[in-house]
Amino acid sequence: MKGSLIIVAFFVAGIIVGVTHLLPPMSSLGNISYITLCALIFLVGFMIGNDSEIFKKFRRLNRLYMLLPLMTIVGTLAGCAITTLLLPHRSLSDCLAVGSGMGYYSLSSVLITQYKGAELGTVALLANIVREVITLLGAPLMVRWFGKLAPISVGGATTMDTTLPILTRACGKDFVIVSIFHGFIVDFSVPLLVTFFASL
Amino acid sequence: MAAGIATGWLLRKRTFKFINTLLIVLVWALLFFLGVEAGENPAVIEGLKDLGLEALLLSVAGTAGSIALAWELWKFIRRKEGGKR
Repeated sequence: MKGSLIIVAFFVAGIIVGVTHLLPPMSSLGNISYITLCALIFLVGFMIGNDSEIFKKFRRLNRLYMLLPLMTIVGTLAGCAITTLLLPHRSLSDCLAVGSGMGYYSLSSVLITQYKGAELGTVALLANIVREVITLLGAPLMVRWFGKLAPISVGGATTMDTTLPILTRACGKDFVIVSIFHGFIVDFSVPLLVTFFASL
Repeated sequence: MAAGIATGWLLRKRTFKFINTLLIVLVWALLFFLGVEAGENPAVIEGLKDLGLEALLLSVAGTAGSIALAWELWKFIRRKEGGKR
């Protein structure tokens, strides 16, 4: 929770700097946010490669739990498709592109900004941050009402890193592997799905 | 990402505690730059009220959809495991 607040604080600070023009315009700095993103993705890959246990752990997983990433992706896209009816000025592909972020706000907002402009990129950023905050705050309640898979599904792509500690506490140690596997698969789907829907 | 996985695998014998810190700092930097980009764009600032509402709607809908299916899967697995015993 504290981590998310710090992240929101950095974003708000950035907005203030942008509004008040304290820095030279971003366009004069080249692709600085894109370069930061590349470094970030490199690090995530580095961590996966660095964990020699991760693939062994996957093999011990109950096969049925492997369906969870699919549930997450289909459920999220269905929910966002219905939202299109409430947002007449947004196309179906816009809503699906935002939804495909699955809580991975840094990557999805940058991709959508590049394909669709800063406005939809900001929607993606806010929507996916809210999703992570819902996971962090609501995990214990979701376990009680909808079972132990619900918070992992809501966590989307974040369940192997930022929300993993909270989920471990809410769902128990047995679900750490499910959570990591889920985050791993959904993580990979984010750049593919976002790029696909944003380029439609 | 592939380059990262390869590098991480090659260096898997060593542990890197600073990676997590570096990751967080990079996320902060990225969000800061995104904020600057959004702040410089007048359309985003003027539309913030509407954008915020849209964002909230989309995240709640996506959350609800994934909860519904995860709940079904949970009940299904529980039934199966219950049948075995």
